[in-house]
Amino acid sequence: MSNILEVSGLGKAFRDYGSEFKRFASWFGVTVTPRHEHWVLRDISFVVGRGEAIGIVGQNGAGKSTLLKLITRTLMPTEGSVAVHGRIAAILELGMGFSPDLTGRQNVYHAAGLMGFSRDQIDAAIPDIEAFAEIGEYFDEHVRTYSSGMQMRVAFSVATAFRPDILIVDEALSVGDAYFQHKCFKRIKEFREQGTSLLIVSHDSGAIQSMCDRAVLLQGGRVVRDGDPVEVMDAYNALIAERENSTMKVERLETGQVQTTSGTFEAVVKEIQLYAMDGERIEFIDVGQDVELRIDVEARADIPRLVLGYMIKDRLGQPVFGTNTFHTRQVVDDVPAGCTVSYVARFTMNLGPGSYSISTALVSTDTHLVDNYEWRDLALIFTVANHSHAHFVGSAWIPPKIDIKSLP
Amino acid sequence: MSELLRAVWRYRNFILSSVKNDLKARFARSRLGAAWMVLQPLAQVAIYSVVLSRVMGAKLPGTTNQYAYSIYLMAGMLAWSLFIEVVTRSLTLFVDNGNLMKKIYFPRATLPFIAVGSALVSNLFLFIATIFIFAIVGHPPTWAFLWIPLLVAINVAFSLGLGLLLGVINVFVRDVGQVMAVVLQLWFWITPIVYMPSILPAGFGRVIAANPLFYIVSAFQNVLLYGQGPALIPLAWTALGSVFLLAIAFLMFRRAAPEMVDVL
Repeated sequence: MSNILEVSGLGKAFRDYGSEFKRFASWFGVTVTPRHEHWVLRDISFVVGRGEAIGIVGQNGAGKSTLLKLITRTLMPTEGSVAVHGRIAAILELGMGFSPDLTGRQNVYHAAGLMGFSRDQIDAAIPDIEAFAEIGEYFDEHVRTYSSGMQMRVAFSVATAFRPDILIVDEALSVGDAYFQHKCFKRIKEFREQGTSLLIVSHDSGAIQSMCDRAVLLQGGRVVRDGDPVEVMDAYNALIAERENSTMKVERLETGQVQTTSGTFEAVVKEIQLYAMDGERIEFIDVGQDVELRIDVEARADIPRLVLGYMIKDRLGQPVFGTNTFHTRQVVDDVPAGCTVSYVARFTMNLGPGSYSISTALVSTDTHLVDNYEWRDLALIFTVANHSHAHFVGSAWIPPKIDIKSLP
Repeated sequence: MSELLRAVWRYRNFILSSVKNDLKARFARSRLGAAWMVLQPLAQVAIYSVVLSRVMGAKLPGTTNQYAYSIYLMAGMLAWSLFIEVVTRSLTLFVDNGNLMKKIYFPRATLPFIAVGSALVSNLFLFIATIFIFAIVGHPPTWAFLWIPLLVAINVAFSLGLGLLLGVINVFVRDVGQVMAVVLQLWFWITPIVYMPSILPAGFGRVIAANPLFYIVSAFQNVLLYGQGPALIPLAWTALGSVFLLAIAFLMFRRAAPEMVDVL
């Protein structure tokens, strides 16, 4: 059995029967048609392999929470099925079921009991839980005297006291101070190395791209994308920008990468190229070389206010540098249809060796959420190589002057 | 059904610790703590004794003890307090635990067991206090007291059956909770607890006879006051009806469980 979670044809509808008596009748075999069915999820199918880390992304209301509730069995599916081959633990609602009038230790027994563990199992785990929470003597104090951070520490320690086969994590979950946060992520990583699969819910593309093998994008209760995290996050960003009469185009480039473009296309990037200072087009750039990024924008409609933004991303899709002409106070007003605006950005390529991409955004203000004329991922791909400097690693070029003194 | 019981057995540790925590939380930071479980019903008995003993005292045939009316009251109150606690707890069981049910998966069938468990513990304390007071007023236990566990079981079956049925409906139609607050008050007065059935006008007897709780309460009174076994035939019917009611309630609970969280 290599799949640990199989979701097939899953759907969830909230039903309004008009009269509750009809609902009662439906339990006893009477066929009743609900007055109104509201489907929040439909036709969801995906599998999670053992040890795999899957990111689940989607806008608010896309059905992420409902999906997780169906997987953790707090909600029952209306159609389809969820097959889980192992134990699930979720760190979504930490501290649920904690009683303020019990001590930390008593609450641990209670919460672990709620997870279905026997007294002996909890007895065996309690030293670990106490040690991991690191709240000292407070462990035997009433929870009502705890700070919220302390409560989180205890709650996280119980929730992860027993290694689950699937761990559901809300990435945005705050588990106290930075120290403890690091400790939590370390534990999650250790679980993963031991074969636990992860389901991570997040809005943060960085976290999804750095932690997940795959991502699933939900939109309107359906899976719109399931695949490589970088591609899925690009599609997600495009979705956020999507407005009325805006469309989304997905193309496979010659390099095999998937390019996502979206927006109203009232203004488009016609041409984007990197040039060396001698005016020659280049694709391979030396570390520390001065370059010009030339972008020609064509207005296809009258644009009252045009802002160009670009973002350099590394090969994992992590942002390296991004800015826009709103922040640089170079907004272009009243661009008539048919007009082309040329931008030239000069900068020094202070990047480490590797492959990079540039995404562009044409908008009316500093975010792409108001008017999104065009959002283009992977608009340009270039490679930085290190020809003329001493060997170094990393994505930034921060040349040091190293002084060495030997003291006798 | 066996699957349900197996899940409950697997979670027995959770049920036990929930009962314990429930009692602990209820009396946390009160000086008298667990004593309140006993003091409240006893205070009620004391009030009725003082107020009504002159009126009712003479109407208890076949008793010699001067505290006979108080003993009668306590016997009825022992049964009633278990009934009312199980019913009111079950009635709001799912609504009160809605948040937990929405967030964490655990066998929902553990909830009624927790409610009954904690009601039984407080009733046990009341029973012990009752026996103690009986001894003080010169009314020692008799062999008939051995009926008590069976009577308690029937009482629980009836109360839980009724409470669970209404508790499930209450999730979808919240009016049930409001209505029951009134109904339970009325129910107290149509059950012979502070009065004897003999003092009622003739037409009223039929109302009492239709009240299943009457047979349970009078069995308690027979056993605790008169030291006699309960009237077997009506008790058997009550037991049968209670088990049937409980079965229906659990069936309804099983059917409703998938939709319950949707509306909580």
